[in-house]
Amino acid sequence: MTVLVLLEFDAAGIKQPSRSAVAAAAKLGEVHALVAGEGVAAAAAAAAKLPGVAKVLAADAPALAHALAEPLASLLVALAPAYSHLFAAATAVGKNVLPRVAALLDVQPVSDIAGVVDADQFVRPIYAGNALATVRSADAKKVVTVRAASFDPVAVEGGSAPVESVAVAAADGGSRFVGAELTKSERPELTAARVVISGGRGMQAGDNFKLLEPIADKLGAAVGASRAAVDAGFVPNDYQVGQTGKIVAPELYVAVGISGAIQHLAGMKDSKVIVAINKDEEAPIFQVADYGLVADLFTALPELAAELGKG
Amino acid sequence: MKILVPVKRVVDYNVKVRVKADGTGVETAGVKMSMNPFDEIAVEEAVRLKEKGVATEIVAVSLGVAACQETIRTALAMGADRGILVETEVELQPLAVAKLLQALVAKEQPGLVIMGKQAIDDDMNATGQMLAALLGWPQGTFASKLAIDGATATVTREVDGGLETVALALPAVVTADLRLNEPRYASLPNIMKARKKAIETVKPADLGVDPAPRLTLVSVAEPAKRKAGVRVASVAELVAKLRNEAKVI
Repeated sequence: MTVLVLLEFDAAGIKQPSRSAVAAAAKLGEVHALVAGEGVAAAAAAAAKLPGVAKVLAADAPALAHALAEPLASLLVALAPAYSHLFAAATAVGKNVLPRVAALLDVQPVSDIAGVVDADQFVRPIYAGNALATVRSADAKKVVTVRAASFDPVAVEGGSAPVESVAVAAADGGSRFVGAELTKSERPELTAARVVISGGRGMQAGDNFKLLEPIADKLGAAVGASRAAVDAGFVPNDYQVGQTGKIVAPELYVAVGISGAIQHLAGMKDSKVIVAINKDEEAPIFQVADYGLVADLFTALPELAAELGKG
Repeated sequence: MKILVPVKRVVDYNVKVRVKADGTGVETAGVKMSMNPFDEIAVEEAVRLKEKGVATEIVAVSLGVAACQETIRTALAMGADRGILVETEVELQPLAVAKLLQALVAKEQPGLVIMGKQAIDDDMNATGQMLAALLGWPQGTFASKLAIDGATATVTREVDGGLETVALALPAVVTADLRLNEPRYASLPNIMKARKKAIETVKPADLGVDPAPRLTLVSVAEPAKRKAGVRVASVAELVAKLRNEAKVI
């Protein structure tokens, strides 16, 4: 039984959600890793160092440059015969590509798993995480995306796997990359941060998110948001934590001015420690918070920044 | 251009679902059902394209039990022109839905399929991608903006790092994310008008598809409950607790 894991990477190396997918795959058997893109030598070298990876497949072609679903799915389908399982993190890329692969293989994918029971059975959250379903796949091959927050990522170093180049067949999938507008931030990525501080509708304006910054600086935190804050245009879409946004499980999650709709809780309730700051003492967020502070955030946030500064 | 919009009947997003005591599923008896919110956004987008003169006809499709007719009626009241119900008692999983839709696409020949990116019941986020694969069409998932220009759809997608724009050669499948638009409420006259619009009913066998599920539900459990926390009286107390009790800062 060998699992092929599709890795995502950037200039800094293999992304943390992908390292969590490797950890999940390692529960089943031998793990091979696929890096696909244009100019993947550095990423392949980084993948080769991941503990638990037995072989790295490097697919280098201009058509793979932007992880478009159509060429990437064709590549995975071509590699699939050698594998019992195909894994990827349940990120924007994994969620885009793996179901396409599954359909081409006549397989029902298993999305966003939070647990591996055995080679055929997986645990996955349904209904915004209000229920955990254990499902058994009857397909000969399994196509699986992994909820990164549910698996501790493998380390960045420790392995030394061989790298093998794989051929990429040229094909026009009908899609073309036009451009990207990526949010620039010096902060850790939401899904990789040890601490996350998120603002909600209570922040009242995008400018007020600046109040979170000194606190995020002191805690080394990523900044997130509820859907309400994103819909209101306070912050970009990639800040969203929730059922259909990012799923996070940091050591510490600080929810500021967030009421706590089930769709938001779905994205953060597996955090180790949850703090809620809200002036509405009836807000549902307090039902999941380890520490609740009923206060006006416009007073509490500067105080919090000052108090952390004392440490 | 004809647009096909698949719409799913799901437990309403405001309902707090309960796991059945015997662990065989979640309680759906007597629970309010609605159209999947992402599918409402898809219907709205199709209606706007028709209002702009880009689309000529909108066909709403739902798959499942007879009650899915209500979901189709909702789409018709929002502005879809006619409906197709693929009626079955079999539990439909994304692969089966994609195959049934593939057969309907072959029959209807739409230039575009718009659907929700994810159903809020099984949270699979798969059907649109799978339909695109089976049709050999390009896909624009998690769309927050859609522009049609001749034979090309330009789709702005919500991705992990921000936004990404792709150009797709039509026909294509587009899946709607939250911020694509804000769906309208159907007006009473439109709800009345929708009652007269046609809904055709077909069976999976008529489409030559075996809808049998590939995933078996072994069990359903409640997630671990969080212990009730404490209220702190001040910021200073909060920081002290985080430092000395929780030891996370």
